[in-house]
Amino acid sequence: MPATAATRPATLTARSVTKRFGDRTALNGVSFEIHSGELVAIIGPNGAGKTTLLSILAGIQAPSSGEVSTPAGKVGWVPQQPAIYSKLSVAENLRLFARLEKLPDPEAAVEKMLALTELGARAGDEVGRLSGGNQQRVNVAVGLLCEPAALLLDEPSAALDPRQRERLWSFIGPTGLGGRGTTVAYSTHDVLEAERYADRVLVLADGELVFAGTPAELEHAVGGNMRDFEVAFVRFLDERGH
Amino acid sequence: MRWLLVKDFQILRRSPLLVALLIGYPIVLALMVGFALSSPPGKPKVAFLTEVPRGQGRIHFGSQNIDISSYAKDLFASISPIIVHSQAEAVADVRSGRALAAVIVPADIPQEIQSLVTTGVGSPTVQVILNTNDPVERQFADQAIQSRLNDVQQAVSKQVLRVAVADLQQVLGGGTIQFLGENFRLLGLRSSRALVQRAITELPASSPLRSSLGQVVGFADLAIQGLGFASPVLGSIGSPLTVEQTQLAGRTTPTATYAATISVIFSLMLVTMLLAAGMLALEREEHAFARLVRGLVSPGALLAEKVVLAGGCAAAAALVMAAGVSSFVSLEWSRFPLWVLALLLAGIAFGALGVAIGGLAREVRAASLLAFMLSLPVAFVALVPTGAVSGTLKSVLDTVAFVFPFKPALDAANNAFSGTAPGIAWPLVHLAVLAAVFGALARAAVRRLA
Repeated sequence: MPATAATRPATLTARSVTKRFGDRTALNGVSFEIHSGELVAIIGPNGAGKTTLLSILAGIQAPSSGEVSTPAGKVGWVPQQPAIYSKLSVAENLRLFARLEKLPDPEAAVEKMLALTELGARAGDEVGRLSGGNQQRVNVAVGLLCEPAALLLDEPSAALDPRQRERLWSFIGPTGLGGRGTTVAYSTHDVLEAERYADRVLVLADGELVFAGTPAELEHAVGGNMRDFEVAFVRFLDERGH
Repeated sequence: MRWLLVKDFQILRRSPLLVALLIGYPIVLALMVGFALSSPPGKPKVAFLTEVPRGQGRIHFGSQNIDISSYAKDLFASISPIIVHSQAEAVADVRSGRALAAVIVPADIPQEIQSLVTTGVGSPTVQVILNTNDPVERQFADQAIQSRLNDVQQAVSKQVLRVAVADLQQVLGGGTIQFLGENFRLLGLRSSRALVQRAITELPASSPLRSSLGQVVGFADLAIQGLGFASPVLGSIGSPLTVEQTQLAGRTTPTATYAATISVIFSLMLVTMLLAAGMLALEREEHAFARLVRGLVSPGALLAEKVVLAGGCAAAAALVMAAGVSSFVSLEWSRFPLWVLALLLAGIAFGALGVAIGGLAREVRAASLLAFMLSLPVAFVALVPTGAVSGTLKSVLDTVAFVFPFKPALDAANNAFSGTAPGIAWPLVHLAVLAAVFGALARAAVRRLA
């Protein structure tokens, strides 16, 4: 973690968060802090509880016990699948959500997002006719409309090809939103993406937080002589019985 | 092929709602049809008052007495009689709903029938009192009573005819009759003619009686021929009874107007439920529901928007439809504000039902299918008239009709279009309550969507 991040106030905090679905425990006593301007990747095997944790932080689900605190301002939410209307155009989707967010100047917000996502030329196209990558850009843009202090993304690059992923990370990574002071937390299966763009990683396994630190610290925890971060990550899980 | 079948069964097994619809719906429909067919037509409860004093229900015809009161059992075969003892009691039973109708047999009916069958002058009248503003129910009750009365009067006239023909045969051919316990032998016209003819032949040719008795024989010939045609003429006493109908419910809707109202409300129901259920399910299909309800709009506001959209659009369409229909059937344009009120509130109630379905179903197609499948039986159960099925089944159908908006929507629109009794207030209140109940169910159902 960059030295400056630790000194910044915590933007997102989870304290002993537990979530149960019937007999199954999806999250078990998870606690962490994410500081202002940090880029944090949440990684872990399938079913580890990544989406559940993000949806609790986003306010979509309530924890069974424990508590979360989020910034007084809005928290942007970008679900894994584009949560936008396929029969509306790009601009119509942005305008609708800008109005629902009660932004003072919806049209200016639409223009800003079109410029940010470089979708100005496709503004009038129905979202259903766009590629998966472009739909995901619109999806992210809707999450950013309210200029949130923190942005939560659930596997934002899952359906994208390498070029689209590159464009997405230039948009939300350290050179984009992350560099402009927005706190970003994202889940991903691509651990190399976590190593490349995240200040810190949170490793979830079987609903428990088993690691919180920088990618280098995780590599160090398993000996530090691994071929790459993905191998280190798998070793880390193996050593802890996950 | 085999593996495709296995795959499809696996998919169906994981779509419990679809499977429940595909299997449950035909079973429910089959049960409804089966019940309707196997259940004997219910006997409508009819208050029955006879004002004819005991022992006075006889008419005298020819040589015999006919007890017309014994024919009441024919009437009771298809009604469930509630014996009452005064007109006021009969009216009270009908007004309170204890009886669907009342049949009142006036005290003078034996005399009127007697006069009709002996002199051809008389108007025996049975009074029928109804208290329903549902034209289907009114028609059903009317037909049930009318057909039974027809049976009674047919039985009476057959008996009259039988007696008359027997007496005529005796007048023509002679025979034995009983009078005051004694047997008397009647000569008969044919025998009388033969006797007179024989007497003429035995008279001297110059006797002045020959001419007079010849006239008697001529008269007998004419009488024999004339009375020979009398039997079919008596058969024309086919409908001695007149039915006088009184409607307590006030002005009722003409059947054509009622049919038009049913079609308007059915269209309104289909459009609203399909639209509301489909549009809510679409929010989930587009994955937008969670994004919307995490702070942008409340679930209640989202549901209200769908209800207003679906109900408003369908009410507008129904208004246009009603306006078009008014070219063919009589609808009261002076009550147009009530048309709007009734159709709008009906649209809101159907919309609330639609969003409850949309909340239950996860996909637009499933929601639309469910809304469509529910619409048909809901309309069906609301239209079954009292007495068309057995009392228990009717109670079940009435309960089902009560918890869905079709019946109150039909009553409200019926009143709005025609101004018929019993008023629009109760159906509107009923619709508002159902809208609130289904809205609450939808609110519970959408928690699953998030």
